[in-house]
Amino acid sequence: MATTVAAPARVFGSGIRRREDPRLLTGTARYTADFTLPGQLYAAILRSPHGHARIRKIGSSAAKAAPGVVAVFTGADTEGVLQSIPCAWLVPNSDLKVAPYPPLARDVVRYVGDAVAVVVAESAQQAYDAVELIDVDYQPLPATVDPEHAVKPGAPQLHGEAPNNIAFHWTVAGGDVDAAFKAAEVVVRDRIVQQRLIPTAMETRGALAHYVPATGELTLWNTTQNPHIVRFIMSLVTGIPEDRLRVIAPEVGGGFGSKIPQIQGDFITVFCSMKLGRPVKWIESRSENYQSTTHGRDHVQDVELAATKDGRILGLRCTVWAGMGAYLSTAAPGIPTILHGLMLSGPYKIGAVKEDVYGVYTNTTPVEAYRGAGRPEATFMLERIIDRLADEIGVDPVEVRRRNLIPPFDNGFDVITGLKYDSGNYKGALDKALAHAGYEQLRAEQAEARKKGRYLGIGVSMYVEICGLGPSQVAGAVGFQGGLWESAIVRFHPSGKAHVFIGSSPHGQGEETTFAQIVADELGVSVNDVKVVHGDTDITPMGWGTYGSRTTAVSGAALAIATRKIKEKARLLTSHLLEAAVEDIDYANGKFFVRGFPDRHKTIQDIALMANVAWNMPQGMEPGLEATTSYDPPNFVFPFGAHLAVVEVQPETGHIELKRYVAVDDCGPQINPMIVEGQVHGGVVQGIGQALWEQAVYDANGQLLTGSLADYAIPRADVLPDIEVLSTVTPSPHHPLGVKGIGEAGTIASTCTVYNAVIDALEPFKVQSIQMPLTPERVWRAIAERKGA
Amino acid sequence: MYSADFDYHRARSLADAQRLLAAHPGAKLLAGGHSLIPLMKLRLAAPSAVIDIGRIPELRGISRSGDSIRIGALTTHAELAASADLQKSAAALAEAAGLVGDPAVRSRGTIGGNVAHADPASDLPTVLVALDARITAVGPKGERTISADDFFTGIMTTALADDEVVTAIAVPASVRGQGSAYVKFAHPASRYAVIGAAALVSIANNRCSGARVALGGLLPHASRVRSVEKALTGKPLDAAAIEAAAALAQADLGSNVAGDIYASAEYRTAMAPVYVKRAVAAAAARAGLA
Ligand SMILES: Cc1cc2nc3c(=O)[nH]c(=O)nc-3n(C[C@H](O)[C@H](O)[C@H](O)COP(=O)(O)OP(=O)(O)OC[C@H]3O[C@@H](n4cnc5c(N)ncnc54)[C@H](O)[C@@H]3O)c2cc1C
Repeated sequence: MATTVAAPARVFGSGIRRREDPRLLTGTARYTADFTLPGQLYAAILRSPHGHARIRKIGSSAAKAAPGVVAVFTGADTEGVLQSIPCAWLVPNSDLKVAPYPPLARDVVRYVGDAVAVVVAESAQQAYDAVELIDVDYQPLPATVDPEHAVKPGAPQLHGEAPNNIAFHWTVAGGDVDAAFKAAEVVVRDRIVQQRLIPTAMETRGALAHYVPATGELTLWNTTQNPHIVRFIMSLVTGIPEDRLRVIAPEVGGGFGSKIPQIQGDFITVFCSMKLGRPVKWIESRSENYQSTTHGRDHVQDVELAATKDGRILGLRCTVWAGMGAYLSTAAPGIPTILHGLMLSGPYKIGAVKEDVYGVYTNTTPVEAYRGAGRPEATFMLERIIDRLADEIGVDPVEVRRRNLIPPFDNGFDVITGLKYDSGNYKGALDKALAHAGYEQLRAEQAEARKKGRYLGIGVSMYVEICGLGPSQVAGAVGFQGGLWESAIVRFHPSGKAHVFIGSSPHGQGEETTFAQIVADELGVSVNDVKVVHGDTDITPMGWGTYGSRTTAVSGAALAIATRKIKEKARLLTSHLLEAAVEDIDYANGKFFVRGFPDRHKTIQDIALMANVAWNMPQGMEPGLEATTSYDPPNFVFPFGAHLAVVEVQPETGHIELKRYVAVDDCGPQINPMIVEGQVHGGVVQGIGQALWEQAVYDANGQLLTGSLADYAIPRADVLPDIEVLSTVTPSPHHPLGVKGIGEAGTIASTCTVYNAVIDALEPFKVQSIQMPLTPERVWRAIAERKGA
Repeated sequence: MYSADFDYHRARSLADAQRLLAAHPGAKLLAGGHSLIPLMKLRLAAPSAVIDIGRIPELRGISRSGDSIRIGALTTHAELAASADLQKSAAALAEAAGLVGDPAVRSRGTIGGNVAHADPASDLPTVLVALDARITAVGPKGERTISADDFFTGIMTTALADDEVVTAIAVPASVRGQGSAYVKFAHPASRYAVIGAAALVSIANNRCSGARVALGGLLPHASRVRSVEKALTGKPLDAAAIEAAAALAQADLGSNVAGDIYASAEYRTAMAPVYVKRAVAAAAARAGLA
């Protein structure tokens, strides 16, 4: 009788549990706020209550005299000590105007939350009490909060450097757009507002700075996505040399882009420690976080699509006013431009595109990357306008997409904006989503339901996104003031256990697990024998951080290559120890053996011991079993997918019920499918949040009206359906493991998927457009208006 | 945020609480803390002292006496929602308590704190008004009982004096032919009621023999919609009759409805009849089952 022997399960591709979780779930993880040093002081920041005002006078004597207060500092005290906060994405050919961004306001405050003064006291309680005693004489100035209005003549001006509040005007163009529109049989237009969102990481921002005057050394515990960038920027702003500066990102409770930039509080905390020579801690409250940590999105978009009557897309033309907030945050200018405009044509063959983007200063919290960063705003424009086209020409929206998709390709496709997509099978993802959802059946159910007065809607959105940022040469060419490579060290100890040190900085994505899987899979060691270390600039090699879905795509590639170097050294050492020719040494399942003689072998553990004791090394081979790789990717990676949502709308109240959500995402081979699923879940939900619930609202004076979680609605588990997560696998041709990023993918299509479904549900009412978030009132009004029309 | 400084006292008994209240003018009672502490953290409230009544045994528990159900002031929302007695005989109250905030809020927040705080968007006041509940309070002058109709007087204001402690809330147990229900339009962020509608209906001989209907979230305090009640009385509770009666809610609300950035006054006013209709229909269905 034949017996089948199961092949050993490959650890690459297995959904093992995250090793991060036990400490997170039992409350033993330690965040910045959990560290306390002897002699530590606490900083509380006084923030502007005005959207725009001149500071006439700051009276701080009462605060200075308050119990426990050690010092009160204002902007004047930072003169000559702190530089302006730099903007690190100087988008070229855009006439970019970087206005000074003082860590503590000087003379003028420009948004509610702008830092005005800081109290340092023996306890946090005393610091907050004393902040209330600071007396600031403000002269309120007119404010402007809407990026489209802020550029108009007569609008209040934020910065002398930037007339009409225009921080930059950037253009992307490819093909002959005017010709496309001339040739068009159909032109559809839309006005879309990508409302401002607040990232709402579970852990607010904060810092613990410890400056030691005797050595001139600063240790900074900081909740950041990129400790090496923090070290670089902190050094520029404070003058502390990089070699005296150690940045530790301990457990970091989510970032979503809002922990890329260095914000005012970080510099203020360091400044206080430098001045006082004692450790100083600052931790944002949630309401402070909503004002002072960066926001996302905030676009007003005019979109036009030129097409033929049978739905072939000829050209796309858009104008975008992108709110930047009061100052340019670290990466802000790159988001509505490079990460947005270059992705305009999505997964479709579009011969001509043109976009004008105005980056606009407004009296609001600075804007930064927010999960998806630029790509959701591009995907939404395209996927929405395609539905408008479908409606206009009376063709099913899925069919219109099919008629325009780029055919499958596995090694490079040049798009009109100048990018080269790495690999894609868009039709494959779409087919899978439709088959799984039962698209035809859903359409039949929808027709049936309408007869009974029930309004079901089906929405589809596709996406392709740019991530795995990216080739450093390209980074330089597009004005990013840093590199985008990553490095990894793999170090085997005598006992066969290994440490991995990476420069990127995971903060919830699970790379402590998946990176151990990479090493385990390449070398046949147990996952449990590999520890992944990150988030400390004194210990880890250089890296540019975790954002832009780049950690696995770039850092993971560095690790794979370092691991292969280890393998090569092990092979050489095996050949030496077994006295066999190196060409005759094979590797399988953790063993290096002489071809044809599997018993003559060394395990990786044997090799780790022999390399570390170094009793018998071949001529010229260094002792130890360690490899370092710095990896600069040759291209970005371009994950893609197709999403589908089913909603039901109650016209009576405007309530929307999300009934089904199907996500098909392709991030290439999956190291850990469970983690991929988790990333898709989180991403999809954040995108749905934009469609249905989230919006940062400012009044005309620049007051943030959604200043807490009681007003700003983030998604909750009980209002979401099960998310049906599927995937296709199209490897990246240039990544050593074929993998692409998945951290942001879910967010990119989900906003428009749900939006399209809602508009589809309202088809009988001929509703075409509703401002997001799609609150019941807005839906109800849209129906009422059409009924009245 | 950190609250301003305050003194903390723990009351061991109701008498102890009263003594502490008398000794510390400006003090605030603390029950579940889910309304008071957020206010203190935002420094919208800065009491000089806090008197914790959370562990006073005599303020706990749900008990039935005759045709009424007595609910101790410290009973949590979770306990209300899980009470078999309430589910059977004051269904709207159990239902509303189960819709308060989220599980954490429900396991700490209390009915006494909820009514004393009297947030216009709270759920329980609306139900208590519809159910004709009576609120018992103890003060220096002794004990008194206030009907829910008279208890809620404005935005976060009640008939309660500063030195009074709510000890219990009594709701009539529904009898055969009676049913009650609560339906809620929850704010997506706070989960408080944008609109809450509670109804208690009695059915005899297939006609409505009496109705009490209240709305929350719209006016400064939970209020009955008496034209709706009147229109329902004497009618068979079919869909058309309910809809016609519910439409009168708009007139009862008049122009006093408050809106906010999430939902305008106009929209809330337009939605009131929809929620009244749903609450009455659900209550009627229960009455039929009882
Ligand atoms: C996130 C969140 C969501 C919420 N969502 C809802 C919701 O959807 N619906 C809803 O109805 N409520 C909601 N609440 C409020 C919640 O129900 C509160 O628990 C409740 O309103 C107050 O009860 P408490 O026991 O927490 O009172 P506390 O906060 O302890 O006290 C509130 C006030 O009542 C006074 N007080 C307390 N007990 C007594 C007493 N026995 N006698 C006299 N005065 C007293 C206190 O002095 C204080 O002024 C929410 C709260 C939070 C934090």
